[in-house]
Amino acid sequence: MDITVNILLTIATAATPLLIAAIGELVVERSGVLNLGVEGMMIMGAVGGFGAGYLTGSPWIGLLAAIAMGALFSLLFAVMTLSLATNQVATGLSLTLLGLGLSGMMGTSFVGQPGERLPNLDIPGLTSLPVIGRLLFGQDPIFYISIALTAAVMWFLFKTRTGLTLRSIGDSHASAHALGIKVIRYRYLSVIFGGACAGLAGGHLSLVYTPQWVENMTAGRGWIALALVVFASWRPWRVLAGAYIFGAVWIGQLHAQAFGIPVPSQMLSSLPYLATIVVLVLISRNKRLTMMNTPASLGQPFVPDR
Amino acid sequence: MKKLLIALMTTTAAFSLAASAEAADKLKACWVYTGPIGDFGYSYQHDQGRLEVEKALGDKVETAYLENVSEGPDADRAFERLAREGCKLIFGTSFGFMDAEVKVAKKFPKVMFEHATGYKTGDNLGIYNARFYEGRYVLGQIAAKESKSGVAGYIVSFPIPEVVMGINSFMLGAQSINPNFKAKIVWVNSWFDPGKEADAAKALFDQGADIIVQHTDSTAALQVAEERKLHGFGQSSDMIKFAPNAQLTSLTDEWGPYYISRVQAAIDGTWKPDNVWLGIKDGAVKLAPYTNMPDDVKAMAEATEKKIAGGWNPFTGPIAKQDGTPWLKDGEVADDGTLLGMNFYVKGVDDKLPQ
Repeated sequence: MDITVNILLTIATAATPLLIAAIGELVVERSGVLNLGVEGMMIMGAVGGFGAGYLTGSPWIGLLAAIAMGALFSLLFAVMTLSLATNQVATGLSLTLLGLGLSGMMGTSFVGQPGERLPNLDIPGLTSLPVIGRLLFGQDPIFYISIALTAAVMWFLFKTRTGLTLRSIGDSHASAHALGIKVIRYRYLSVIFGGACAGLAGGHLSLVYTPQWVENMTAGRGWIALALVVFASWRPWRVLAGAYIFGAVWIGQLHAQAFGIPVPSQMLSSLPYLATIVVLVLISRNKRLTMMNTPASLGQPFVPDR
Repeated sequence: MKKLLIALMTTTAAFSLAASAEAADKLKACWVYTGPIGDFGYSYQHDQGRLEVEKALGDKVETAYLENVSEGPDADRAFERLAREGCKLIFGTSFGFMDAEVKVAKKFPKVMFEHATGYKTGDNLGIYNARFYEGRYVLGQIAAKESKSGVAGYIVSFPIPEVVMGINSFMLGAQSINPNFKAKIVWVNSWFDPGKEADAAKALFDQGADIIVQHTDSTAALQVAEERKLHGFGQSSDMIKFAPNAQLTSLTDEWGPYYISRVQAAIDGTWKPDNVWLGIKDGAVKLAPYTNMPDDVKAMAEATEKKIAGGWNPFTGPIAKQDGTPWLKDGEVADDGTLLGMNFYVKGVDDKLPQ
């Protein structure tokens, strides 16, 4: 029983940063903007979170700093693509490269220093319950944030008027503009929200997952988050499912290796990617619904005529 | 952007080199790293060696380095630039720099070159490497003594000879104490992914291992050991700060003494290209202070370390291969060529080697 609980907890830790970054990007893409800079914003969040936690001694300040760092960094993308109407793909890619380089420079003095870890939740009487105690009441705070965030984004996008407006901008910014909706303002806020989420995901890496700073510690997780959004056909609950399937197979293959299953490790290593894509493609195989969910003006620059 | 940063750094290095060109009696020693010096692993340790040179030789030497140099055409340029800008002794620290160094060394016959972990030499190009497997034998012995479950978890990167050699040596050490000792092996197919290394450590602990060994570069696995109140070994650097209660020792790379001796030789004019494979006795492979273990285990580890420093090779027969076929006869010692190309497991390793 203990091993099952441990495995489930490990899966949750592996899935959380992917889920948060992907949920943020989902909102950005629903507003019609494609930000390929997730990896860059994430690593900036990781260095900012670690640095603030290390310098102040408080992982909570680190958490806030990670969010702020991601948001601030995404602002750069917003100004370039929204105000200056640059190419979103190129700008997003350079944001990733810039983030990887800049974070390395900023983090020079943090290398080799143990950081602060965000404490796990500990509710007297509840956390010590057998089996469900640690799963429900004993995880790190960012895990709970990630679940709440997914629910909030679902509610916001599909149950509120503002969410509807945001989706309509993603489908046709010209029509939205004609209706008097402030397209650029909505998109600015979406991009900054996405940046904050990516920053938080990075903070999870440097404050919970592996409390340390090393260059390039995101190791491609931003790209996985990006792929999750597309394969989940822009639906929050599918992103949640995708992140957890990925996490489960990711951890599962490590257990399979430790168990001594005679399958080449290179193949096992690629399993999480394969499994996630296959499952998400299967659940979104209804073409009409997928078309409906795809933001029609995704990636197109918008310059309002004055 | 990374390229641009490299260009900037190269330019900065060029400036500092140019500025120092006036102090003619100083020897300029330069380093080329493939990773960032902030990896707290391989490149970091080489850079610590460079800093030791600065400290030991003071104003007799001037140093410079280029980091994040990718293996390929960039490497040619990096070496050529350093050679042009007055570096008299240049260390290339990655296997992949081999051909670039060979090429540039021919172009600059008056500059001294050294290449780590490669096999091509020249009139002004020497090679050097470290016998990390010697330290891994000691780790194996400690693991077998300290493990209660008799199972270690071993996190590895890629199935190259260097790594396979390490696994074999570790197992030989462990079996010398406990013939039934087992190691569970997980390949993470990366030198560096802290998250994945942590996940692998958790999986191994969950499956009954109580000591973790790694041939990957980050401190993540040790941090997991610390959290679980179990034990593990550090890698490349002394990681005791990350796991004060978990680290038993750490297998560290100490390039400093070697670099100091080579730079000194260059200053004295006695430098000659060489081919050295340094081990515990040369101080290039070092075990961090033994901690979190009883005195008798510590004494045993120190005794083994001494024995290896005295010239004993962990790969001394009788040793059988994984399938039971004999490899080394009683008293026979493996030659360096076989070790450098090692692509098979010794008896008792519980894993199928990925090919």
